[in-house]
Amino acid sequence: MTDVEIPSTSPWMCGNCDLPLQVGQVDVGYMGNAFPVKLWKCPKCGLIFVPEDLALGKMLDVEKQLEDK
Amino acid sequence: MDQKELRELEAQCIQECPPTCTAACPVHVDVKAMLREVERGDFTAALKIYRKSVPFPRIISRLCDQPCHDVCLRADVGDAIAIRELERACVEFGSESSEKSRPIPKRKGHVAIVGGGISGITAAYELARKGYAVTIYETGSALGGSLWQIDKDLLPAWVIERDLEVMNTLGIDIRLNTPVSDIHELRRENEAVYLAVGAQLEESFDLERGEHGFITVDPVTFETSAAGIFAGGGMRWGKEMHSSITSISEGRRAAISIDRHLQHVSLTASRDNEGAYKSCLYTKLDGIEPLPMVAERDGWRYDQDDAMQEAKRCLQCECMECVKACEYLKHYERYPRRYVREIYNNLSIVKGTRYANTFINSCSMCGLCAEICPEDLDMGEINLAARREMVKQKRMPASAFDFALRDMAFSNSDQFAFNRNRPGAATSDYVFFPGCQLCASSPQHVESAYGYLNARMEGSNVGLMLGCCGAPAHWAGEEALFNQTIQRWQDDLHAMGDPTVILPCSSCYQIFKSAMPEVKIVSLWELYEQHGLPEYTQPVTRTVAIHDPCTARHERPVQDSVRHLAEQLGCTVEELPFSREKTVCCSYGGHMWLANPQVAEKTVRRRIDEHPADYLTYCAMCRDFFAKQGKRAVHILDLIYGEPTEDRAARHSPGWSQRHENRAQLKRKLLTSIWGETMDGTQAHESIRVIVSDEVRAVLEKRLILTEDIQRVIEYAERTKRRLRNPMSGRFLAYFKPTTVTYWVEYQPQDDGYVIFNAYSHRMEVPGSGES
Repeated sequence: MTDVEIPSTSPWMCGNCDLPLQVGQVDVGYMGNAFPVKLWKCPKCGLIFVPEDLALGKMLDVEKQLEDK
Repeated sequence: MDQKELRELEAQCIQECPPTCTAACPVHVDVKAMLREVERGDFTAALKIYRKSVPFPRIISRLCDQPCHDVCLRADVGDAIAIRELERACVEFGSESSEKSRPIPKRKGHVAIVGGGISGITAAYELARKGYAVTIYETGSALGGSLWQIDKDLLPAWVIERDLEVMNTLGIDIRLNTPVSDIHELRRENEAVYLAVGAQLEESFDLERGEHGFITVDPVTFETSAAGIFAGGGMRWGKEMHSSITSISEGRRAAISIDRHLQHVSLTASRDNEGAYKSCLYTKLDGIEPLPMVAERDGWRYDQDDAMQEAKRCLQCECMECVKACEYLKHYERYPRRYVREIYNNLSIVKGTRYANTFINSCSMCGLCAEICPEDLDMGEINLAARREMVKQKRMPASAFDFALRDMAFSNSDQFAFNRNRPGAATSDYVFFPGCQLCASSPQHVESAYGYLNARMEGSNVGLMLGCCGAPAHWAGEEALFNQTIQRWQDDLHAMGDPTVILPCSSCYQIFKSAMPEVKIVSLWELYEQHGLPEYTQPVTRTVAIHDPCTARHERPVQDSVRHLAEQLGCTVEELPFSREKTVCCSYGGHMWLANPQVAEKTVRRRIDEHPADYLTYCAMCRDFFAKQGKRAVHILDLIYGEPTEDRAARHSPGWSQRHENRAQLKRKLLTSIWGETMDGTQAHESIRVIVSDEVRAVLEKRLILTEDIQRVIEYAERTKRRLRNPMSGRFLAYFKPTTVTYWVEYQPQDDGYVIFNAYSHRMEVPGSGES
């Protein structure tokens, strides 16, 4: 999961804090496994952005791999 | 599954059983493999296969009495394959592979072979190759025994000489012109003796003889009455019979015994099927074009092309019946014997990847394989047991059946499930249990059917029970949830006065029948037949092809009722090639559609391609799965209650969100109209109005994202303001995890609702996805 590529720009702002998102480290996890991933997130409240491609691509692959372990 | 069960199940699949030809061959020549090579024109490879079983290929390919030929299944569709002639072609056209004569490690033990005929030299050949010191005692002036008496046209001297050259390369002490006078003396000088003196009865060698004068030997070990003295070949059967291939077989089997005798291990253990036996392989011959034998040129020989043509006629016998009938079994490109082993291995893995999870979870468990299998092997049962085991081991992938189990939870929640006796009645004589997916697909028909039952079954109180029988939990291997569900129905039915349950759905029918055998059940279709169709039914004249749901496979009376009803409704009913006991699953069964969409599509497409007519069925899911693939299909209730003006076979399959909605509305409507009750309490998200285009709806359907999932995300995002905003478009993107799945929704407020642009989901947990 650490090698995921995220888009270089994000059209999204945090709607709560009204701040542009910044790339930062986020911990994602599944079935007791945690992975640090670089994702766009709100520098203030930590709201994150998981792009569709990531959710349906790499994330899904890793979910399936972990489920079959 | 333990090792013993595994072996029993493996043994039930006969695909790997040798074909009739190989089984009937006393030395088990791998005829299929040999003929495959001949067909390809690789006579050298074919000869190599032949030589594996036959040490003297030139001689035997001329003399063999070919028991294989008598049992060749090609005889039923043309002529039996000319196997011996093809073997001869291998010898003629194949080159002898220059086998490097590896030095043979010597073993302790001296063996005397009495008689240099074909049986004796085979035993000598085998034992010398194992490293024993072997001496052949032959009264004549050459090895070969009775071979020299055979017609020279059939077996010229050079053929014998050429094949027996090998006997001079193995370090065997060959003593010609050496009669043996005292066999017991010979035994004292050697650790073992093999007597193979051919068809002569006059000499008894002081050994026990049977009633016809032949020396008595154990039929498995070939040991005589004297320990360490073995006998075989022509001397066991006399002059009446001559079978060179049997002589080879007996020489070889005696050599196995002698080897064991010299190693002081059991002579008898694991010696099944050493000689000729009856094959257990089943090969269906339907649809095979009859082909005559390729004629031999100049009497009894093939040239290379003829041989290749003749070999091409070989049926390459195999069973594969279940695999041919099932897209799922076909998809994984093997057959049950292998599958069972893979399942066993999958369940045994402690650490590592379980590659067979998807395989196990993709089976529709429809039971067709068991119907077709000559040994009744049921992959569905094996897969069900495996799923239960995976659930117990906590190894069932969380995503595997989650969607279906949540659908079941919805059905059995207050949003849909309820029981009522008929208004004014304290108990029920009957209770109508329409199940989950019929209500999800055709709620109006359920309402009509309940009205019909109340009107027609005079003098009986017919109650109503909405919910899901538990089949989804059963299919998913979730035994605890399933048992809990069954217990609920048992308790509810008891509270209603133990009524007879009226079932339209054949899956419910099977669940009630197998898990609640004490509950009286009747199929709705049988009741329609018994009480007559409603008066207002509009007959339709049309031809339909009937599809029996897989869970109705063994319910003849139910199958018949539906056919009779369809005829009464004006239909001409045609049968599909696979129907009744041999019907095929639509791909809903066992959650195949959820676990493996690719296999599911192949399964349903194959079914709908079987007949051009509109399909008639009596399972809501079968109908909807056909409709989803563009096949015109009607449910029997569509014929009974459909409007005459509508094209009933063109009805779309409702999406998953609609299925929830239909169930929830049916409950509200029936409670109000029949019992005068209102449902109170709605959840916050239910008031969120979403606006979804057809295009987006199709994406949501494919991704199994329900309207209520979207409502929950928006309700959460709007309430907490935790959402992303695109300043350019003004759209919002929010995420929320109601239970196990995190849903992302891109939306924009519009009037009193929200336009949905996209949604996707993942199971991986991310920060900020919920209230906790």
